[in-house]
Amino acid sequence: MSNSIIKTIDIDAPLAKVWDALTDHEKFGAWFRVAIDQPFAVGQPSTGHMTYPGYEQYPWVARIVAIEPMKRFAYEWPATGGDKDAMAAGVAEWTLVEFLLEPVAGGTRVTVTESGFDRVPEPRRTDVMRSNDGGWAEQVKNIRDYVRG
Amino acid sequence: MFAAIGDPTRLDLITRLADGGARSITTLGEGLPISRQAVAKHLDVLLNAGLVQRSHTGREARFALQRQAIEEARLWLDEVGAQWDEALRRMKAFVEDGD
Repeated sequence: MSNSIIKTIDIDAPLAKVWDALTDHEKFGAWFRVAIDQPFAVGQPSTGHMTYPGYEQYPWVARIVAIEPMKRFAYEWPATGGDKDAMAAGVAEWTLVEFLLEPVAGGTRVTVTESGFDRVPEPRRTDVMRSNDGGWAEQVKNIRDYVRG
Repeated sequence: MFAAIGDPTRLDLITRLADGGARSITTLGEGLPISRQAVAKHLDVLLNAGLVQRSHTGREARFALQRQAIEEARLWLDEVGAQWDEALRRMKAFVEDGD
């Protein structure tokens, strides 16, 4: 049982190119939309600011956990959930983000896992409009799927 | 809160309460391979996390889901998941198109 979110995407490019886009801090910043101050280094903090439209005033803070060439890139970051107040104030709980790369026919599979939500005492509030249309059994199933990862 | 959900038995209990009805410890424990005391202990964890509420019918305690708490947790995870979907799409476009 893990409290995690897992997402996968297949990219039509060689693994080395995907690895470069992931671990070169400037390339990472280009698609993640963040300006990072220094190259990624294991055990080191990563600092900078967001360039995502509407979030330009907010800091980027992370701690690089692992750089295993062509395989795994991992960092920890504050569990803000994209909430602007939480991003500005900082939060005590950090989650672990891991990218795993593997070759597939015609390209590269990227699996990102964010885990450690069990350290977050309360969900950060979001601006998402509430909807009570869905059945509650479905809602619970959704959350169960998430936390089962 | 997520720690409270991150347990198979407690997830099971939440699922059993998913229809919104209130149930006794005995009813909730039916078919589970654990003691009534263990069920009560898990319900306490859910109670402290604000995921369920307790009411009394006579001498019997009954438990029901706190729907708003579940909804908030789900929305938050939805949001985080959606952000990753979007980030991975941008990564794909960046690598494939030199975007």
